[in-house]
Amino acid sequence: MTDAAVHAVNPDQQARVRLSGREICKSFGPAQVLFDVSIDLHAGEVHALLGENGAGKSTLVKILSGYHQPTSGALSLDQADVTFEDSEVAENHGVILIHQELNLAEQLTVEENIFLGREIKRGWFLDKAVMRAEAKKLLDQLQCDVDPRTRIKDLAVSDRQMVEIAKALSKNADILILDEPTAVLTGREVDILFDQIRRLREQGVAILYISHKLDEIKAIADRVTVLRDGRLITTEPVTDVEKDDMARLMVGRDIKQMFPDRAPVEAHDVAMSVRNVSVDGQVRDASFDLRRGEVLGFAGIVGAGRTALMEAIIGLRDRSSGEIERNGEPVSIHSLQDAKKCGIAYLTKDRKGSGLLLNMDMRPNLTLLALEKFGTVILNRKAEEAALANAIEAFDIRAADPKAKVGDFSGGNQQKLLLAKVMETDPEVVIIDEPTRGIDIGTKSQIYHFIGDLTKRGKSVILLSSEMPEMLGLSDRIAVMAAGRITGILEGNDRNEHEIMRHATGISGKQGVSVYE
Amino acid sequence: MSSLERSEASTSSGFNIDFKALGPFLALVGLFVLGTGINDAFLSGGNLSNIFTRAAFIGIIAVGATFVITAGGIDLSVGSMAAFISGAMIVVMNTLVATLGAGIETVLIGVVLSVLLGIAAGAVNGLVSTKGKIEAFIVTLGTMGIYRSLVTYMADGGTLSLDFDVRGVYRPVYYGDILGIPVPVLVFFAVAVAGYVLLNMTPFGRKCFAIGSNEQVARYSAIHVDRVKTLTYVIQGLCVSVATIIYVPRLGSASSSTGVLWELEAIAAVIIGGTMLKGGYGRIWGTVIGAIMLTTIGNILNLTDAISNYLNGAVQGLIIIVAVFLQRGDWRRKKSK
Repeated sequence: MTDAAVHAVNPDQQARVRLSGREICKSFGPAQVLFDVSIDLHAGEVHALLGENGAGKSTLVKILSGYHQPTSGALSLDQADVTFEDSEVAENHGVILIHQELNLAEQLTVEENIFLGREIKRGWFLDKAVMRAEAKKLLDQLQCDVDPRTRIKDLAVSDRQMVEIAKALSKNADILILDEPTAVLTGREVDILFDQIRRLREQGVAILYISHKLDEIKAIADRVTVLRDGRLITTEPVTDVEKDDMARLMVGRDIKQMFPDRAPVEAHDVAMSVRNVSVDGQVRDASFDLRRGEVLGFAGIVGAGRTALMEAIIGLRDRSSGEIERNGEPVSIHSLQDAKKCGIAYLTKDRKGSGLLLNMDMRPNLTLLALEKFGTVILNRKAEEAALANAIEAFDIRAADPKAKVGDFSGGNQQKLLLAKVMETDPEVVIIDEPTRGIDIGTKSQIYHFIGDLTKRGKSVILLSSEMPEMLGLSDRIAVMAAGRITGILEGNDRNEHEIMRHATGISGKQGVSVYE
Repeated sequence: MSSLERSEASTSSGFNIDFKALGPFLALVGLFVLGTGINDAFLSGGNLSNIFTRAAFIGIIAVGATFVITAGGIDLSVGSMAAFISGAMIVVMNTLVATLGAGIETVLIGVVLSVLLGIAAGAVNGLVSTKGKIEAFIVTLGTMGIYRSLVTYMADGGTLSLDFDVRGVYRPVYYGDILGIPVPVLVFFAVAVAGYVLLNMTPFGRKCFAIGSNEQVARYSAIHVDRVKTLTYVIQGLCVSVATIIYVPRLGSASSSTGVLWELEAIAAVIIGGTMLKGGYGRIWGTVIGAIMLTTIGNILNLTDAISNYLNGAVQGLIIIVAVFLQRGDWRRKKSK
């Protein structure tokens, strides 16, 4: 962090403005999404771009990297005016945008991807040896230990990100724009990425880093620009703004209460019991009780078996053993349809891949899980419209155009819609996997309060989350899993980060036995 | 902000003609104008009735194909299936003449057989691809060969001809009319209306859209994906059977060349109509118009000397490509990634 401060105030760096946008405005049809935004990217600096979903971050970076043209305003590169007709022109000037959804050909190898479209040839044929050596060199430079011959589909997400960066470097990129690069990374992968970003900074690369994770911005950025509703709010050295300030600047108001108040729940009023559930190779002998009206958090490192356990409970995965009881009665769940009948609903963490139909509008998405409620022979469109109006109201879904495809929605609105979709079945038990992945802080708080409201209405919630504040702020109790086992269920004062880590790493907690008392 | 981009797209299409929705209809109107310009006889009652009657076969099959394609599948076997069902109908009806005589019962049994075979053939396609987890393209490529060779085998390499007396009884199903509208056209219309209701107004139709648009999401939405997909193939089989029922009395024969390339015409009709080949979006009325367009092209070429009738396939091919190009909707906009 001190290192970052040095960068921010170094006058040499100030002089090295590489890419800048001056009074950029952008309209799509009648809707203006950017208003006179100016931004400077300096060599050897990490510049964070912060804003809520829909603040205009993506539009701005697309203009900076040639994917969009500004409606008015101008770009300059090294103090000379420049126009990027398309992304290719921008790339030729060394400006490369790395998209949030990585653009790699999954079936091709690392080296093939790095040189895709710019293959090195010898005569009429590909010069694979040279390309492999070049790829190796680039990856080494990033200290990325990946064999260039590996297929992308076999790589971890963080390694894929490295390949994207290597690809950008191979195009001699010295202005790198990263669009929410950590959205899909685990904690360790984030550390690796940050090391690489720091390395690039030292080499003089100008980096624009888009995120709405305040911790990350504090950790990696030298300066931060905040956008809100398409307007530039401020650009300041990161050391001058506290996280709370950033949140306030971004949201435009104080977030009074991030998490809902929790009311005590009756320990003996059990909504769902899970008894000795095992899944081959993933979960061993997991037992727990879910009390009515509580939020039961499930913590654990990636691969601890949390998702597998939940999928086994709702019938998406075969159980090798174990029973489930609802309100004291044993129930038989072998498919999602069974789970639905038993009043158990599951909110996937993969809202784009398994949650929502991105090419459709809100109405069919909302009613899909509870379709029978809207007619067994002919669907009642009026009832669907009414349900949608209710959901928009209840979950504060802010869609400029209710007929727009949900794929064009911000992550926050998608998540709210997904929550509304699941609640259409009126479940008693709601299992929520990563409720706020890729969502800005204002919407996050809203979703936390929605979850709080569910429990007030007597619903029971199981929360899976990799974000510790969320886990601690929402959960009444926290079950911790390690290597497929529940190593402890933490209550009261034990509900802290330290205890969670101890149980998650297997240092403390019961092992090899059921923790059900 | 991306939702704003979206609203921009929808407003701009408000000023201009929405090619995506109206494209096939406008193209059909264009063809009719062209046809009228080329030959006055084009708009005569006889010619129009001829166009719609011929469009009925492909159209009915294409209604079924709309379901399969909307749910993300494909059925290449429909032409062979039609030939096989025709052959089986003829063989069974001819055999029944000896016991039941050449009456209405014989024809009815033939019709029932056709329906059963259609359902069975569709179920085979659906179950093998869903339960066997084999791509529908491969499965139906296989059954295409199987059904085709079955009819060749039944006909012993030649032609199966329907008993002459049965033909007389059966004839009105193709040549008859009610209130001046040919029976095949009425059947086509009925199938299209039923298809429209099923695809757009029922939970089943919604599930087809969902599966075609993202199978994983459908699965996570507690939809019996395999069941729904299999049912789309059964519907396809049923449609082939209905088309066959009105086709058999037309020529009264079946051979190994019956229904050749019908699968491609059916798929073409579906695609011209605006249904997306990769699934997730389907339009029955588009399909109906697509089928009529394909027949109209052939008809116009018959009425003019400007282009040889032998180039029918080429013109159809061109129309398909242009139709899909227009439907992409972004051909006016500048390329933006």
